[in-house]
Amino acid sequence: MATPAITTTATKRMTIREALSQALREELNRDDRVFLMGEEIGVWGGTYAVTRGFFDEFGERRVRDTPIAEMVIAGAAAGAAMAGLRPIAEIMTINFAFLALDAIVNHAAKVHYMFGGQFSCPLVVRTTTGGGRQLGATHSHSPEIIFAHFPGLYVCCPATASDAYGLLKTAIRNDNPVLFVEHSTLYQKRDEVPADDPDYTLPVGKSNILREGKHVTLVSFSKGVHICLEAAEKLAQEGIEAEVVDLRWLRPLDTDLLIESFKKTNRMVVVEEGHALFGVGAEVAAQVTEKAFDWMDAPIKRVTTIDAPLPYAREIEQMALPDANKVIAAVKEIL
Amino acid sequence: MADLSKDELLDMYYDMVLIRRFEEKSEELYQQGKIGGFLHLYIGQEATGVGAIRALRPEDHFFTAYRDHGVAIARGIDIKGLMAEMLGKSTGVSKGKGGSMHLASREHNFWGGYAIVGGHLPLAAGVALRARYNNEDFGVLCMMGDGATNIGYFHESLNLSAVWDLPVVWLVENNQYGMGTAVERASGVTEIVKKAAAYGMKEGPRADGMDVLATYDAVKEAMEYARRTGPVLMEALTYRFVGHSMGDPERYRTKDEVREYQEGDPIGKFGASLTAKRKAKKDELVALDKKAAEEVEAAVRFAEESPEPTYEDLFRDIYV
Repeated sequence: MATPAITTTATKRMTIREALSQALREELNRDDRVFLMGEEIGVWGGTYAVTRGFFDEFGERRVRDTPIAEMVIAGAAAGAAMAGLRPIAEIMTINFAFLALDAIVNHAAKVHYMFGGQFSCPLVVRTTTGGGRQLGATHSHSPEIIFAHFPGLYVCCPATASDAYGLLKTAIRNDNPVLFVEHSTLYQKRDEVPADDPDYTLPVGKSNILREGKHVTLVSFSKGVHICLEAAEKLAQEGIEAEVVDLRWLRPLDTDLLIESFKKTNRMVVVEEGHALFGVGAEVAAQVTEKAFDWMDAPIKRVTTIDAPLPYAREIEQMALPDANKVIAAVKEIL
Repeated sequence: MADLSKDELLDMYYDMVLIRRFEEKSEELYQQGKIGGFLHLYIGQEATGVGAIRALRPEDHFFTAYRDHGVAIARGIDIKGLMAEMLGKSTGVSKGKGGSMHLASREHNFWGGYAIVGGHLPLAAGVALRARYNNEDFGVLCMMGDGATNIGYFHESLNLSAVWDLPVVWLVENNQYGMGTAVERASGVTEIVKKAAAYGMKEGPRADGMDVLATYDAVKEAMEYARRTGPVLMEALTYRFVGHSMGDPERYRTKDEVREYQEGDPIGKFGASLTAKRKAKKDELVALDKKAAEEVEAAVRFAEESPEPTYEDLFRDIYV
């Protein structure tokens, strides 16, 4: 198993929202350099309620409401990080991060390299991704791969509460800029979270096998992981044992673990909520093909959002998105 | 003459001459193919850079855009490391990774030249936030061209600096053209300091950027206000005697216009005022001119003899 040894014994069942809140609260208490800035995170309490109560608890020095201005949210947070603070900037949804693309990609991710290592940028940009909420074409993107394209930046996409807790702490304590992508429909997901170890972190760039199997490897991240787990459960009833890999990080990409799993199962389906073209599946398939071609028994399949913008109407939006049935169908095609 | 001693005045004169010689040499090295990429020279704008940077305290911080050689020199950064950076050598201030547009020096609180128009404005706001966050007594000088005042970053950064009372002086080096487009052809407001009103921000002066002491006084006063109270938007009215970058055909202005400004050369003017006010003798200035030329030659020798970065360096400093 790739899961690092958990030193803690006590756990508490909580939602991803609660796990994120707890991680933020503990990090704010641990280090005065850590502060939050973003739209509606203070008085409002966060549009996904992750920072509810923080404004009263920590005050406006540490919990800073900003204008609706993504370029300066990301850019000023990057500058503060360069100056030695540990900002956590919140971009309400990743759709708005397009406006901050220059600050994140051209500045936060480049200043360390471009100035010969003189500056570092220990910045976390928290944001939410995903479709399926009838918000229309501009509000439903899953463009994590765009950010994962660029060296200098890390991209982390937790799928469970315990990972959300550990990975957010990892991101905050890391000295590099991290785009931390939460899924807007997963905040109520619950699992067991380490409860007595405020220093619980997870390694950068390490994926996790959430379910072992020998017939096929299902690879995903964020919400797709839950789709894969659902599919694996159903496949098991038919005697098909699917291994489920949660990437956790798109950059760095844990190629070693993917290859290891593939060498065991010889078949792979990659599931993502982004579009297929130039997506995570394309990259994973290329890497596996290059590095483990001799172990390949079937083409690597992709289950993605269809190649169209997401619509408003509920039923057709759902048709456009990946689901467990599509994953099961893909598995059966290659078995 | 401001509050400056004779030595300080001569230092400022020397910096202006050093910038001019550095830039002339850079142009030559570019034509020889030893400097690559884009090269934006500071010739004509020396008074603005030297006046502004000299007005800072050591604990103050500053940012600028891609026309960054002059302010780096004015801050006292060794020109050997600057010239080595221009030549892409591993001894350069940015280890040969940045080039002409990306000079920086952490130890001088110089956060760099930035080549995306307006991209450094929010970074400057972020550094200034540390002063308020930790209750530290420093200010940030953020220089930009007139062209940067029309981009989205300008609006968002100035607004946030006003909302959070950040200690920033937003200094617009108004050389009258954003690349080749005249200010009045690109901005609804030609008196750029008036844009301060949109943010409820203190409107600073339009300093004579061709007069080093006028710029010095204006920036010094603005920085004091910024540290104590909050942001200021000000201008230094200046002019570049050369093209926007190398190979600029300069179709957007006449030779007569350039000649007219060159007659008011900031270095000649400052030198003349120093001798007229008996702050310096003519031969002292001549000696400084000679010293600057020698310092530039030594920097070029250092840069040319320095090693190139290696293949391994390609992968260094991507992550901490």
